[in-house]
Amino acid sequence: MRTWQFFLVSLVIALAGFMGARLLQNDYLFFAGYVVLQFIVLATAWNILGGYCGYVNFGSAAFFAMGAYTTVVMTKLPAFANRHFPEEIAALVGIPPIPVLILLGGVIAGLVGLGTGYLTLRLRGVFFAIATLALAVVLQTLIVNWDFVGGSRGAYVIRPATAPLFGINYIEYLFLVMLVLVVVALTTARAIERSRLGYGFATIRDDELAAEASGVPTLKLKLVATTLSGAFMGMAGAPFPYYIGFLEPSSAFGLAYAVNAIAMPMIGGTTSWVGPLLGAVLLGTLQQLATVTISSAVSLLLVGLLLVFFVIIAPNGLLGLWHDYFGRKHKTEDESKTAAVKTS
Amino acid sequence: MDFPVELLINALIAGILLGGFYAAVTVGISISFGILDIVNIAHPAFIILGSYIAYILNQRLGLDPILVSILVLPFFYYLGSLVYQVYYLSFEKRGQEALRGLAFFFGLLFVTEVVLILVFGVDYRYVQAGYIDTTLRFSFLDLPMRMVVPFVISMILVLGLQLFLSKTFTGRAIMAVAQDQLALSLMAADPIRIKRIAFSISIATAAIAGALLIIIQPVEPSVGREYIGRVFAICVLGGMGSLPGTLIAALLLGIVESITSTFYGPSWAPAVAFGFLLITLAVRPSGILGR
Repeated sequence: MRTWQFFLVSLVIALAGFMGARLLQNDYLFFAGYVVLQFIVLATAWNILGGYCGYVNFGSAAFFAMGAYTTVVMTKLPAFANRHFPEEIAALVGIPPIPVLILLGGVIAGLVGLGTGYLTLRLRGVFFAIATLALAVVLQTLIVNWDFVGGSRGAYVIRPATAPLFGINYIEYLFLVMLVLVVVALTTARAIERSRLGYGFATIRDDELAAEASGVPTLKLKLVATTLSGAFMGMAGAPFPYYIGFLEPSSAFGLAYAVNAIAMPMIGGTTSWVGPLLGAVLLGTLQQLATVTISSAVSLLLVGLLLVFFVIIAPNGLLGLWHDYFGRKHKTEDESKTAAVKTS
Repeated sequence: MDFPVELLINALIAGILLGGFYAAVTVGISISFGILDIVNIAHPAFIILGSYIAYILNQRLGLDPILVSILVLPFFYYLGSLVYQVYYLSFEKRGQEALRGLAFFFGLLFVTEVVLILVFGVDYRYVQAGYIDTTLRFSFLDLPMRMVVPFVISMILVLGLQLFLSKTFTGRAIMAVAQDQLALSLMAADPIRIKRIAFSISIATAAIAGALLIIIQPVEPSVGREYIGRVFAICVLGGMGSLPGTLIAALLLGIVESITSTFYGPSWAPAVAFGFLLITLAVRPSGILGR
């Protein structure tokens, strides 16, 4: 299937799902569904760098929060302009619609990704992982000390009373926006897999030194992956203030995002775009159920335990298990081939 | 306005005391990450675990937190060998430590934190001991005992480990495994066993660091995260696995953080470590005393 065909087909499936969900007349479905969709985008974004290139990003929460706080800044701008600029200019400043906010959040988070990558990606992969871990702490410190976006007290973001699209309420609108973002993210991930870019990423993952020696521009490719991955995480975060209504640093930078962004692709399988989708749908739904029936701390514990369990027992995730179970014949052929290569 | 010299000297001394404590927090990482090349990002979680054990025994039995940490050393040592065994069999042996090994330790960090939250809640916990509330004063200089005691213990710990690594057979074998694993096995020493011992020691230091942490400040489960940036910054800056380097880097970071929080406010302190880390990685990734 060509990329644009895939895009159209998944868009149609997504819209059909949306219409089907509307028939149930249940707002909670959209509230819970939004979180699952958000995790699909986060997991797919993480996998572009982590699964395809083999570089671990522990700072997903930081990129997510960058997107969310970009939105907060934009919603605070009109009031700020009213206070400090003459009326004619202030009248021009308004709150942009959500799709524009998503693009802005993507650009900011992408730039943060590019900067972090540029400083640390020339070294061993481990240093990048550690730097992303520390990045989350530092960006949180900056936000806590920045009064304009509410500092550590947090910021209210008032959700408009009506949605810009006719006939649906606001939570359905947010859900729809996130649904389109999911389709865009999955299409991008799938397109990368089948392009020169994707093969370049795979060479980095399998043997970076050999790739470098054969003329693959590894640093450039890694920077592309970090920027893309960061940008999608920021996009996932941009509508979040409207969803939650009140954003504070400790919720935007919550470790839960970082853990989920890693656990979902790891559990689903990192080599294909299906893995993060599968992992996010399963884990996201499981967490929603566990949060409602038990408690949110227990649902997080579940994710952590599943992550540890899967990396030890099933290193290639659910997709790997599937291939092991149904593709055994295929696999043994592959193994005999590699064995033949090794002996020759 | 006169430059507040007395304030500066106080900040300097406080920074040195703080830096000494950071050295105790980092030696474990210097051994596991610096020498063995095991990226144990769960180390701060083990430190918090140490803090909570010190807290429980201090509350229930009134034991001194440092005494508790020495009593639980064997327990942490065996916990370390257990973790290393799982890590070795699941990742190192299969050559998958880069991606999945990291995810494994991240999972451990997260699980430990959530379990502590489930058991103890998110309230701050602290310990009681005779020396915690006293402060020595020399004219304008303040020396709070809750900083001095951890500093002294930490110096003993770093010095002891350095002697162990440079003088004993096992210690030298640990240094050797970092350089050439094959050569070590040719000398009839099992590199896996040596690595397991070294990793267990690194986790054992977390028990002591944890007790020191809860003497210095009240602890809640997510405090450990603030230390991830710090310990790795110190470890990299110190030159990966060099204990003297670790000590120098720790003192440096302690002083800079203390001066930052004295003159600009404590809410900026966490950003200092990250700045340190980024500058080190960008300018001199082999650290101060790097090989």
